[in-house]
Amino acid sequence: MREVAASFENPVMLYSIGKDSSVMLHLAMKAFYPSKPPFPLLHVDTTWKFREMIAFRDATAARLGLKLIVHINEDGVKRGINPFDSGSALHTQVMKTEALKQALDKYHFDAAFGGARRDEEKSRAKERIFSFRTASHAWDPKNQRPELWRVYNTRVNKGESIRVFPLSNWTELDIWQYIMVENIPIVPLYFAKKRPVVERDGTLIMVDDERMKLRDGEKVEDRLVRFRTLGCYPLTGAFDSSADTLEAIVAEMLTARTSERQGRLIDSDEKASMEKKKKEGYF
Amino acid sequence: MATSSLRDYLAAQENKSFLRFLTCGSVDDGKSTLIGRLLYDTKLLFDDQLAALEKDSRKHGTTGDDIDFALLVDGLEAEREQGITIDVAYRFFTTDKRKFIVADTPGHEQYTRNMATGASNSDLAVILIDARKGVLVQTRRHATICSLLGIHHVVLAVNKIDLMDFRQDVFDEIVFEFRKFAEPLGFKSVVAIPMSARFGDNVISHSAQMPWYDGPALLTHLETVDVDTALADAPFRMPVQWVNRPNLDFRGFSGTIVGGRVKVGDGIVVPKSGQTSTVKRIVTMDGDLAEAQAGAAVTPVLADEVDVSRGNVLSAVKDRSEVSDQFAAHVIWMSEEPLLPGRQYLLKLGTNTVPAQVTDLKHKIDVNTLEHLAAKTLHLNEIGVCNLSLTTPIAFDPYASNRDMGGFILIDRFTNASVAAGMIDFQLRRAANVHWQALDVNKQARAGLKHQKPVVLWFTGLSGSGKSTIANMVERQLHAEGRHTYVLDGDNVRHGLNRDLGFTEADRVENIRRVAETARLFVDAGLIVLVSFISPFKSERRMAREMLGEDEFVEVFVDTPLEVCMARDVKGLYAKAMAGEIKNFTGIDSPYERPEIPELTLETVARDPAKEAARVLTYLRTHGYVA
Repeated sequence: MREVAASFENPVMLYSIGKDSSVMLHLAMKAFYPSKPPFPLLHVDTTWKFREMIAFRDATAARLGLKLIVHINEDGVKRGINPFDSGSALHTQVMKTEALKQALDKYHFDAAFGGARRDEEKSRAKERIFSFRTASHAWDPKNQRPELWRVYNTRVNKGESIRVFPLSNWTELDIWQYIMVENIPIVPLYFAKKRPVVERDGTLIMVDDERMKLRDGEKVEDRLVRFRTLGCYPLTGAFDSSADTLEAIVAEMLTARTSERQGRLIDSDEKASMEKKKKEGYF
Repeated sequence: MATSSLRDYLAAQENKSFLRFLTCGSVDDGKSTLIGRLLYDTKLLFDDQLAALEKDSRKHGTTGDDIDFALLVDGLEAEREQGITIDVAYRFFTTDKRKFIVADTPGHEQYTRNMATGASNSDLAVILIDARKGVLVQTRRHATICSLLGIHHVVLAVNKIDLMDFRQDVFDEIVFEFRKFAEPLGFKSVVAIPMSARFGDNVISHSAQMPWYDGPALLTHLETVDVDTALADAPFRMPVQWVNRPNLDFRGFSGTIVGGRVKVGDGIVVPKSGQTSTVKRIVTMDGDLAEAQAGAAVTPVLADEVDVSRGNVLSAVKDRSEVSDQFAAHVIWMSEEPLLPGRQYLLKLGTNTVPAQVTDLKHKIDVNTLEHLAAKTLHLNEIGVCNLSLTTPIAFDPYASNRDMGGFILIDRFTNASVAAGMIDFQLRRAANVHWQALDVNKQARAGLKHQKPVVLWFTGLSGSGKSTIANMVERQLHAEGRHTYVLDGDNVRHGLNRDLGFTEADRVENIRRVAETARLFVDAGLIVLVSFISPFKSERRMAREMLGEDEFVEVFVDTPLEVCMARDVKGLYAKAMAGEIKNFTGIDSPYERPEIPELTLETVARDPAKEAARVLTYLRTHGYVA
């Protein structure tokens, strides 16, 4: 992180409000202490995030005294893009990928931190820690810069940028252990609580606001659930759990039989979907 | 699980030792299968991943109804289709004894650079060999790269032994051949294991199929092998990444310790400046530390006001880093564009980035035989030994004593691509003993006598663009005004100083380097130098510019279109080039890179050359070179 702060003119930290972002932000606070991290946080708001996430985001930025930039793809809002009617693929493309590109262009950021981990998904396993993007934000997996030792090539021409993944070598379990050891605040949605959910296509979707229309035969029930990853609420599956403390979550993790991204509906859309999205500029 | 036992468990996790290793081998040796097998057998796959794997195995698999473990790790679409691993993939798994990070690296020759990447951060290598094929060129290449990058421990995994009926003689012969080749590479340990990744023989536990083998299974070996590099006992080194200055009362130096340990009160030195101080505090967000060691990211505060910036190294006083601007190094070339000795690259070592050139390519290494071969350039995936010269000295240690202090990358100045990885062998004493001789009569004095400000007018443009014609007119006028001048003309210089050079890219670079050096000496003598050279490459023109002082280099681009030059064809060269009689002719089969921001751009198509020459003279007058 210090490499980036020292080598780039205008870095930014992508802050997604999830547990990985929380850990990444915590590391940044440590890396620059006693200074503050010399870059702002950027949240790309799809307007469909859980309300608790937004509240947590604003509280966190205020608590740490950091500048927070929130970017919404207004064009997408005008077009009425939403995860229910537009489908998850289009929604993600417009409200996340496009919105991110807009924000990076608007503020001329030349380096952006992301909280992605190599253990999450196959194409992410091959990602560099310093990942080069062309001026149009595309990723070319065949033309990545070799990354030896701890020597990172931070050179870019005007318009080009680097995505930086400080948590590349962390696993999901590492994240939870670190949150526990360092007492890092996280969004309450990770803890089990009675929440109003609907079972749809085999996934438990939480009814976070009135925009969620029920289909025939669906009914809202209060269940003791929690989330393993967080994103847009209509695209994020909850699961039955009674783990309401960090200890309980880690214990549950240790016996888990499914991977965390299973709760994410965007991955299974099409074959190698993550890789495709990354080439288009998704984080 | 009760909270207390969970805390115990986490404590145990934190104290587990850690092994980073890489797997390498040729196409289809079964690397990905082996890693998939390790993940599967150590129970690290989740149900949904398993289900997806079974589904994929039926669709793409090459193993019939069995699970194809390779599909688990081959992430990218292109390689799924081609059935080869393209890039380095990092995998994580853990057992009761150790945590592991695996770098799965490619077998294909064109991706050898990625293998070096994986090797640079690993302590052990698993080199796979297909029992049916034996030791291949790739096996040798991989062993050589591992050795170069300082990996001391090797596991020779003789895979697919099931297809050779688990025969001991097959295994023994391969092991014998490998050991014979690897002997000069100096590995501390080479452990050979016969295995079948597909069926799991000797991967996790000892196989009943091979009673003749009494060594450890792969995982048992990985869990117990001692690769301790004792970095914490090395001399203290901390490259400064960032000067931490939240307010006027605090000035700390943030960085990660890459060697040894440091305590409050220890003396340190900044080798480049020779300044010394003592450590007053070691600051972290969790409170000050009394001591920190290799691997820790800390912010030391020093007792004295020492001039330290990013790129400096805080070093132990007694055993300090060396400082030099010249050293010998091994280089692995990683770019499609070949290495050009004399061309300027950027060298990044630790937190330092400085311009550097390869001054002397001693030889390249044949990875099959380890023989030294004469070479003028290095191509993609070739390994060579060369001397490097930097524009400013940096602090470093030989790679063999500290990877972080002796490993560097070379970066192309225009594309910003990482073109090479290098490992410093030793510094060249030559530079240390040849000091600049300070002379009493200097540049200013010489120029003052001539009533002019010395400068290089660098005319660049295609053959036949009119460079020499205009340069000649400019010199004639200056001469008439009583100025002291000299013209260095491409053709003329090639008859003398550069008669040994041809027209390959490498020779063109050397050609320009010599001319730029000569121009520099003439400027030192107080002259106005007119250089008339095609000089097609941006990097060399930039090199020339950087050799000279500020305001001593004026780039004059004679912008005549290729069609016009071809039509003029004063020397009949374009006709010959088109006929294929001249190779590497600029504009025909060798590129001309246009200057981006020349001081002057001249046009010769619609304009009179005399008028363009007058523009050059006006430039000299308005910028104060001549009165």
